[in-house]
Amino acid sequence: MTSATTLARGASGSGREALAAVDNRPSRRTRALAMLALFGGVLVVWELAKWLGGDPWRIHTSLFGLPIDYEHFPPFKWRIATDLALPHVWRIVGTFFEPAQRNGPPLAEVLFGNAVFTFGEAFAGFVMGAALGLGLGIVFAQSRTAERAFVPYVVASQTVPIVAIAPLVVIFLPIGWLAVAVIAAYLTFFPVTMGALRGLRSADPRAVELMRSYAASRVEVLRKLSLPSAVPYLFASFRIAASASVVGAIIGELPSGIPYGLGSSILNFKQYYVSGPEKLWATIIAAAALGLVFVGLVRLAEALVRGGRGSLVR
Amino acid sequence: MTAAVVEIRGVSKTFTTGRGPITALEGIDLAIQPGEFVSLIGPSGCGKSTLLRLIGDLTPPTAGSVTVNGKPARQARLNREYGMVFQAPVLMDWRTVQRNVELPLEIMGADKAERARRASAMLDLVELGEFARAYPWQLSGGMQQRVAIARALAFDPKLLLMDEPFGALDEMTRERLNLELMRVWRQTGTTIVFVTHSIPEAVFLSTRVVVMSARPGRISKIVDVDLPQPRTVQTRELDRYFEHITTVREALRRHEGAGPPDERDLEAIRAEGVAG
Amino acid sequence: MTRGRLADLAPVVAVFVIVIVAWEVVLGALGVQQFLLPRPSVIAASLVNEWGTLVEGLQYTTIEAIGGLAIGSVIAIAVAFATARWVLARETLVPVAIAASSMPIIAFAPITNNWFGTESPVSRMTIVAVMVFFPILVNTVRGLTTVDRGALELMDSYAASEWQILRQIRVPNALPYILTAFKVATTLSVIGAVIGEYFGGPRQALGIYITGEATLFRFANAWAAIVLACALGIVLYLIVAGIERLVLPWHASGGRGEGGGR
Repeated sequence: MTSATTLARGASGSGREALAAVDNRPSRRTRALAMLALFGGVLVVWELAKWLGGDPWRIHTSLFGLPIDYEHFPPFKWRIATDLALPHVWRIVGTFFEPAQRNGPPLAEVLFGNAVFTFGEAFAGFVMGAALGLGLGIVFAQSRTAERAFVPYVVASQTVPIVAIAPLVVIFLPIGWLAVAVIAAYLTFFPVTMGALRGLRSADPRAVELMRSYAASRVEVLRKLSLPSAVPYLFASFRIAASASVVGAIIGELPSGIPYGLGSSILNFKQYYVSGPEKLWATIIAAAALGLVFVGLVRLAEALVRGGRGSLVR
Repeated sequence: MTAAVVEIRGVSKTFTTGRGPITALEGIDLAIQPGEFVSLIGPSGCGKSTLLRLIGDLTPPTAGSVTVNGKPARQARLNREYGMVFQAPVLMDWRTVQRNVELPLEIMGADKAERARRASAMLDLVELGEFARAYPWQLSGGMQQRVAIARALAFDPKLLLMDEPFGALDEMTRERLNLELMRVWRQTGTTIVFVTHSIPEAVFLSTRVVVMSARPGRISKIVDVDLPQPRTVQTRELDRYFEHITTVREALRRHEGAGPPDERDLEAIRAEGVAG
Repeated sequence: MTRGRLADLAPVVAVFVIVIVAWEVVLGALGVQQFLLPRPSVIAASLVNEWGTLVEGLQYTTIEAIGGLAIGSVIAIAVAFATARWVLARETLVPVAIAASSMPIIAFAPITNNWFGTESPVSRMTIVAVMVFFPILVNTVRGLTTVDRGALELMDSYAASEWQILRQIRVPNALPYILTAFKVATTLSVIGAVIGEYFGGPRQALGIYITGEATLFRFANAWAAIVLACALGIVLYLIVAGIERLVLPWHASGGRGEGGGR
């Protein structure tokens, strides 16, 4: 359409940009490429930092049959770039395939098993927290007094550092994984409460009046109007809750002493950090992946429930 | 022959959407003379708002040319030769009324004293001088629109583009603001292009009413409104007023929906366009 | 207006009082699990007794929280401003930021301890900075770009430059979003600081104190410290809410009155 000749100020026109933005949004491919470039950029900076200020590089190996002998002495000495603090990227990748313990299965297998265990706790916590959150949301949506009385405490509850409460929960609930799930639920119920409250209230007030004109009962209004209107907001809060539940599960595992789960892996590899810093990094990557996978599952569920309409509320 | 303020020749506008191209306007020819008050009226989707935005270079035409004051529309926009009023007042909540009116002057680099002087003058013009220090959310909808009009006139443009400015207001406020607008028009001598949904409003305010039809957007008839100036409350009681309203209404009804305009109308339109 | 405010606060205060009283009375009567969840009076006594140590810990943790908050938010806002112009940058950074906030940033604590030393507050500040970076970035970008189209058209009609549009429209539009993000960020910062301390920190840190006292079964002291940490988060949140009231009075008073007759 218009040739984008950038003349003097004002020629680009943000109003037209707003119009064009709907059509000219960068394609999936461009965005994917850009993200790949971003990721690649991070890796480059990583290795560049090590090249400039890390430990000496001594690579004596062969790649596809070709021998590689590379030695490099970085000009500077940065504490953050040492091999202990910032392992080489390929070391981190490589450690996934090496055994975690002597004669044991590869790290990837160990981490996967632990991730599944943590996911179980996170999921249980997610379900509990979401149920509680939805329940509270419904109660608060019905009664402004209840809302005004209790919402500040709901908000304040999140300022209590769960890692402090975690040991107490663990003592209280002798079943290890349940305690962790409860801790995960603690982090989950807050976003769901707020999302549910907002969503239930989001129904067009005129639609509410319409229902009243049909002498619909409170329950019917809830079922037929408020809850369906709340769905987009609920799913948005579920996405946040999903990642929060993973965080909660990992944090919960720390004081619980359970020998399974990513939390225990973190503690384990932290203790033996000096002998293999890459393993801790690998564990963090696994934890990040778990968070992403869970959020992805929620998105999938949302797509199924809403028949492919996608998420309106970002 | 005085040069036309706005000249639209052979303009078409097609939007590409996810569902395929939509032709908003097709084959538009129109000339607007200085000092005129021209209304654009038509059913939803006839492209009247799009046409207004084409004049204001807020969107480019797919074909044809738009000339304002003898230059391309883009140049006219860069030179700030027109003011615009939308249906929503679009006032900034964090600025006082006076500072809102000063906004365009700030952007155009006028100094503080000059800005204050002009803003005051414009607020007095729309009779809101005493609200200079108030905030937009303290004013009623009608008052906010008057502030928007004052702002549009702040830098004294020769052309004013108005997109259903009174659409969100109730009938009584609307009629009052119509009278106000007529007074402002007389005092400033601005050329006004006015988009509206309301037939009585179009007839009351305009020297010419451009009736448009939809799918695709075309000009179907141009009505010369030969009611006496100045337009007053009495104007609304004249027989001729009601006759014009009927003419416009029939033109709208005849060209409702699909279908090309009448052959005779086409000739008249072409004649208008060329003669301008 | 004051009467309205008091009426608003009444339910909250009422709940607080009721809960505290009930807690005190019920536990006193039952004497159950007292060592895990002490009565409020016992916790209050601990607060008084351990006040010196607690305040020292509170100071230390506050520095971590606020320091991290400052660093993270400044960088996030700078990045948002720098990239708001280019659609590709926005569309790339925002999803990445959203994805990054799905990850347990806390897990990095052992690594930052390794980088900056367990005793240094910088270690926790880094965690906090990373935690607050993402929500503030996402919200600032949203605030800068989710602008009313009418306002953009208006500025176009003035042939305004991008810089002028930024100043006059985008920045004021973004303020509510930024402040909302800050409210979330304040709670995150305290949590991040305390949880970060779990992985190691100097003796005076609040988190270390809590875990230490819990290990020694001195739960009253642990709870007293928890109460303080909680109070810190609430105070920071209220400060931001107060700033919001000051900077956005039109927001607080119910927004614009568009077309509404009076």
